[in-house]
Amino acid sequence: MPGLRASLSLSAIIIAAALWAAPSRTVQGVAAWEQVYSVLTSPRCINCHTATNYPQQGDDRHRHVANVVRGPEGKGVPGLNCAGCHQDTNADSTGVPGGHNWHLAPLEMRWQDINDRPLSSAAVCRQLTDRSRNHNLDGPGLLKHHEEEPLVKWAWNPGLKPDGTARTLPPLTHEQFIAATRRWVEAGTPCPTGK
Amino acid sequence: MEVNRRGFLRVSFAAAGGLVVSLYLDRTAPAQEVGMPRQPAKVYPPDAFVNIRPDGMITIQVNRLEFGQGVQTALPMVLADEMDADWNNVIGELAPAADVYKDPLFGIQIVGGSGSIAHSYQQYRELGAKTRAMLVAAAADRWKTTPDKCRTEAGVVHGPSGQSATYAELAGEAARKPVPATVRLKNPSEFRLVGKRVKRLDSRPKCDGSLKFGLDLDLPGMKVALVAHPPVFGGRVKKVNDGEARRVEGVREIFEIPLAKGSGVAVVADKYWPAKQARSLLNIEWDLSGVEAADSTELWTRYKQLGQTPGNVAGARGDQNALEKVAAGNRIVAEYEFPFLAHSPMEPLNTTVRFDGDRAEVWAGSQFQTVDQMAVAEVLGLKPEQVTFHTEMAGGGFGRRAVTDSHVQREASEIAKRLKGTPVKLVWSREDDVRGGYYRPMHFHRVEIGVGADGFPVAWNHVIVGQSLLMGTPFESMLVKNGVDETATEGTADTLYNITNMHVSVHHPKVNVPVLWWRSVGHTHNAFVMETLIDELATRAKMDPIAYRRKLLKPDAKKPLSTLDLLDKQTAAWRSRLPKGHALGISCHESFGTGVACAVDVSIENKRPKIHRAVLAVDCGVAVNPLTIESQFQAGVGFGLTQLMAKGAITLKNGIVEQRNFDGYVPPYIGDAPVAVDVHIVPSAEAPTGCGEPPVPVISPAVVNALARLTGKRYRSLPLVSI
Amino acid sequence: MATFQLTVNGQRREVNVDPSTPLLWVLREDLKMTGTKFGCGISACGACTVHVGGVATRSCIVPISHVGDRPIITIEGISNDAVGRAVQDAWVDQDVVQCGYCQSGQIMSAVALLKSTSRPTDQNIEESMGGNLCRCGTYPRIRAAIKSAAAQINKGGA
Repeated sequence: MPGLRASLSLSAIIIAAALWAAPSRTVQGVAAWEQVYSVLTSPRCINCHTATNYPQQGDDRHRHVANVVRGPEGKGVPGLNCAGCHQDTNADSTGVPGGHNWHLAPLEMRWQDINDRPLSSAAVCRQLTDRSRNHNLDGPGLLKHHEEEPLVKWAWNPGLKPDGTARTLPPLTHEQFIAATRRWVEAGTPCPTGK
Repeated sequence: MEVNRRGFLRVSFAAAGGLVVSLYLDRTAPAQEVGMPRQPAKVYPPDAFVNIRPDGMITIQVNRLEFGQGVQTALPMVLADEMDADWNNVIGELAPAADVYKDPLFGIQIVGGSGSIAHSYQQYRELGAKTRAMLVAAAADRWKTTPDKCRTEAGVVHGPSGQSATYAELAGEAARKPVPATVRLKNPSEFRLVGKRVKRLDSRPKCDGSLKFGLDLDLPGMKVALVAHPPVFGGRVKKVNDGEARRVEGVREIFEIPLAKGSGVAVVADKYWPAKQARSLLNIEWDLSGVEAADSTELWTRYKQLGQTPGNVAGARGDQNALEKVAAGNRIVAEYEFPFLAHSPMEPLNTTVRFDGDRAEVWAGSQFQTVDQMAVAEVLGLKPEQVTFHTEMAGGGFGRRAVTDSHVQREASEIAKRLKGTPVKLVWSREDDVRGGYYRPMHFHRVEIGVGADGFPVAWNHVIVGQSLLMGTPFESMLVKNGVDETATEGTADTLYNITNMHVSVHHPKVNVPVLWWRSVGHTHNAFVMETLIDELATRAKMDPIAYRRKLLKPDAKKPLSTLDLLDKQTAAWRSRLPKGHALGISCHESFGTGVACAVDVSIENKRPKIHRAVLAVDCGVAVNPLTIESQFQAGVGFGLTQLMAKGAITLKNGIVEQRNFDGYVPPYIGDAPVAVDVHIVPSAEAPTGCGEPPVPVISPAVVNALARLTGKRYRSLPLVSI
Repeated sequence: MATFQLTVNGQRREVNVDPSTPLLWVLREDLKMTGTKFGCGISACGACTVHVGGVATRSCIVPISHVGDRPIITIEGISNDAVGRAVQDAWVDQDVVQCGYCQSGQIMSAVALLKSTSRPTDQNIEESMGGNLCRCGTYPRIRAAIKSAAAQINKGGA
């Protein structure tokens, strides 16, 4: 019957179109995630997202001087509190970075293994989207965190090193980072497959 | 070691009242005594050793720098004991540079070689005893009795019929008494202070911020100076662009100065911070032509090559061909690498100089006052006696403040010369210190041992490669013989192990890196090599490491044997019952006349050695202050562990030092040091020997011997980057 | 140059300095308080430790412009504090010091530890004191003195 064949063809076209659009959204979302990941694993961010009981410093991500340790709340220990040296703003004359409430990211948000190697993109993505580990943030919550958290924004205003030269910035600007985060969130925060 | 010197006491009346007693030596080096005409004694009033003030306080001059070792307490203690002074009234002062304060054995004013007590114990005892004798004589006169009927106690003379007088009351009359030619020293049973755990005199002011170190000096009108040093040792200033630097507020002058080698640029400012900022804004073009660019990688290649063949013979005994008779399967071949080490005392190097044209005044925490005073005089065109040289309390030294070229004092003097009348405090920042040279030299060892059927060495061929410390310095004639600098071979060439057929030789390459002692000097690397190889032999022979050493030591190696006995006893309860994952490490080494045996309990935590406990047995002759000795050993091992730290090395690349500060050259922190250190002293009545350096050589080999048991690996390349 | 009002050991002080000057050098050279020591200048050694707003702080890397009105306590003033006194007394009683140059910083760090944890474990001590360098190596006696001070404090001696 000509009418049935026509409607079947139309359905086929509609279904094919739908199938084609869905992977496109995921692919774009994952591409946006990879951009976010490139920032998260740059030194200005990953140095405080360690799996160990110490922070890192420098572009070579060596262990922080003076044997400072994480402490029970990621704020150091008595006598060696993070905020003891890291003031509310960068101290450019002495080369010490600063930001409000300077502390280590919690272990639930570690982006390295205990040998200081960055975790894979898939692993970090799963962490960020695991609401039992990310302080119950949904997509919009994550976006807001990236937009507003002072220590996140610090990465784009990291101050001078002791030798007077500027600290290197993450691979994207803050605006680009937010835009990528938004795209990822709007795509449903998809994660790459694999380990 | 016998010190044969004669001296006499000269007594004078101090202007402010009180008794002033001085010891004048009419000889210096005893070796020169034979055949030398008698020299007239030099007198340097108002120098003195003991000053009894009218208020009863007694100041005692200490003839060497206090830089942590406790001499500012120990030598006054010795004198005060013989004098029967009231210890509560004693103040120790660091003597300025003067002939009268020269070390009786070395003939210069110096602290080093762990010689403070060893060389001045007898000297200070006599000073105290003679002072007491004169006070008693004065009292006896007053009471019309005889000295033998009087006794002394805690600063008071007591007469036969209940009379008493304080030392302060008697000082004036005592000053007029003749100085006795001979005097009876106390029987050890009469000591009130010597042999007791006497607390340090300088503790409280070091705990409340009131004690001033050299760096804390503040004088009216004083300026602060920093020097830009060439990036490669010996480089010279070609061109300076100082426009930006001069605009820093507080900067006064910027000018080129000659250095011990090459030249640099001095920045003089009102305070440290502007000086530092200005220096970092200098744009300097350096002339590095004709200057060797030392490179660690290249040096290792060169040293290793040199080490394959014997050098200048440092010691040879027995059959020099013994090794050839040993089958290859019964040989151990070991090559060791030791990097440059910075001393890095906590107080950055500093010296303050004021030049007034016809005289000068210097303030420095110097280990080498005589040498430094002469250097300042030379730079300023003065005679040494025109330079008043104050000895400041120093924040550590470890040999860094005993430099034959006095380079820090020279730099300060060059600057002071330009700013006549103004006191200038030269400061070396920590970067200057870490990058500025004067390191414990790099060394390479190659050892080939032939092992006999009984597990003991039948042949031992040992080649050492390392820069000479003393060639080209005034000390050369003392310690360099036949092309061998003994400071490089001590601990090996003079080993107390009974190795019948032994050949030790050394190559001294010339390298453009200034080098210096580092606490315990040649023992730092030689003890490491010896004690790790002995341990390896013991393991191979399936013998207990203490038993093996006992058997191999020469029968007359009195101190190593006594310390091994004491160590054995003190560790018997636990050393074969360590928890799982722990291992025992043993070492035994004599240096500077003191024997030390060491046992450590080590595990591996976070990929680093964790030292739970160290036990040390010490034979240093009579223990003048057991508390000081205990402190020296408890802490000295913490210093010694610098050698094992992952970032415990100075390296050079194309002439430039790669490390900057304590972030790149990382010494031991509390977590790296032993948690507990027990020190046991062998009871002895023999002459006291030093404790400053002897703790250092034993700790690193002991720890590494323990690690060998845990991992099965032998560690021959320092620092310990990975386990 | 700018003028800063500071509270140091309970006293009001005024200094006129370059705002970029680290607190360490203001204390040592402008206020002539040399008890706080210069060891490295990069916060690696702890010799410069003071308390700012009650928090142990490495004064060599905090510019004076960042201090604000937070009260500063230095080694010269720590004996006004009962815990401070207990620590200093323990240090003297246990004969901790050798050259002594690092000890101002050691004491200020130890006081911060004991004010927060009056019964510190070996691990607490190792972590809190873990960034204070002593080249002489007085660490074993530092451990003993902290424990002795803790005992004194808990006995009601502080």
